[in-house]
Amino acid sequence: MRIGIDKDTCIGAGQCALTAPDVFTQDDDGCGTLRPGREDGGGSALVREAARACPVGAITVSERVG
Amino acid sequence: MTDTDTGKTTDTDTTTATPATDPAPADRTPAAPVAFPQDRTCPYHPPAAYAPLRATRPLTRVTLFDGRQAWLVTGHTAARRLLADQRLSSDRSRDGFPVTSARLAGVRGRKAALVGVDDPEHRTQRRMVLPEFTLRRAAALRPHIRRIVGERLDTMIAGGPPADLVSAFALPVPSMVICALLGVPYADHEFFEEQSRRLLRGPLPADTVDARDRLEAYLGELIDRKRREPGDGLLDDLVRRQRNEGRTDREQLVAFAVILLVAGHETTANMISLGTYTLLTNPGRLAELRAEPGLLPDAVEELMRVLSIADGLLRMAVEDIEVDGQIIRAGEGVVFSTSVINRDESVYPDPDALDWHRPARHHVAFGFGIHQCLGQNLARAELEIALHALFERLPTLRLAAPADEIPFKPGDTVQGMLELPVTW
Repeated sequence: MRIGIDKDTCIGAGQCALTAPDVFTQDDDGCGTLRPGREDGGGSALVREAARACPVGAITVSERVG
Repeated sequence: MTDTDTGKTTDTDTTTATPATDPAPADRTPAAPVAFPQDRTCPYHPPAAYAPLRATRPLTRVTLFDGRQAWLVTGHTAARRLLADQRLSSDRSRDGFPVTSARLAGVRGRKAALVGVDDPEHRTQRRMVLPEFTLRRAAALRPHIRRIVGERLDTMIAGGPPADLVSAFALPVPSMVICALLGVPYADHEFFEEQSRRLLRGPLPADTVDARDRLEAYLGELIDRKRREPGDGLLDDLVRRQRNEGRTDREQLVAFAVILLVAGHETTANMISLGTYTLLTNPGRLAELRAEPGLLPDAVEELMRVLSIADGLLRMAVEDIEVDGQIIRAGEGVVFSTSVINRDESVYPDPDALDWHRPARHHVAFGFGIHQCLGQNLARAELEIALHALFERLPTLRLAAPADEIPFKPGDTVQGMLELPVTW
């Protein structure tokens, strides 16, 4: 799974970290970021839910091919 | 009030759907648009008069207090899409921006930080304060919130029973939390709570203008003091940041202070008072929560959804926007009824029922898009801690007056209880 976060769009609502705390966190500026080692989502079923919860659509999720 | 839970009128009220004869742009629009906002009849349900609005998704027309019409967004999917659409402006100084009460008309020219600003300026403003409102920061504040909650309960219990839960608990808890966070002296709470009340509820338009003047004067003096002697609150950080950037914009600091102080205590206070009322009038749900405290975070989301205390988010279209075959024209007002959107039965089956086990997430009670509530994670922490401690410390807590006689706020402001007489 490939997860992208558009940091320019992020408003720091924290919805991603609230929804899928094992994968997302917030950096010191408050922007959403991926936890080290979880850049691929770590198999969490909540990643897509977190993307949907983002109020500004800053998170993109795609399946890695091959 | 549990007997109002069914909301049976929603789908059966077809009498108002007479053919449109006015120049309204769609035949789905009722001939005489429903007035918005209206007072609730039960403090946690949308007004019964909103039934036609609930039957017309995702978009309908409403009549505002001044006789002007506006679009009312009623569908959940459309609401999320439109709240995230930057062709809708939040700049209330624009000509034609919708106004929902005479009270608000008097202050629409005032500079409103964050909530009244569009991107890119909004983004710059939000990022200035964002680090103080992250999940991590809210988690770090939990011990502090617990201590405040415990102290307020000690004081309330020592002075009762009975007690007014609004003045003894629901208002002081968030007020003390936001004071510490911003660096506003809590000793001044009677002054700023009273002015916040007048700002949000008038009752006269002149009250709102005067309250805004007084708050701006008070916070302006506070900021001047912080300039001379910075402390360690968020307002002090903003003062320091301006100094480091070599600029002085007192008006911007005051605008930040007003919005953060008012939004930081009034909204959470209303959620605590109305949330408590809702739990006390739904004893089955309360018992369930007491038996399984782990449900609390989900219960807070469900309470946010059902109560929808900020019911009527305002925007104005700056370009034409198509929504399900209807066109919102540039210059038209758009109002989001969160209480109606959060009861969209296509997203929340049996939407009027309070259910801790449903996925209530994705409600729009905190808004959506770039303006989604900055303080939402702090609010969640405060609500969880306050409700948990209240019902744990007072297992026999109950209303001290008949449920339908307890006064609550009118429809044109943030919803909540005016007072909440309780005993134990």
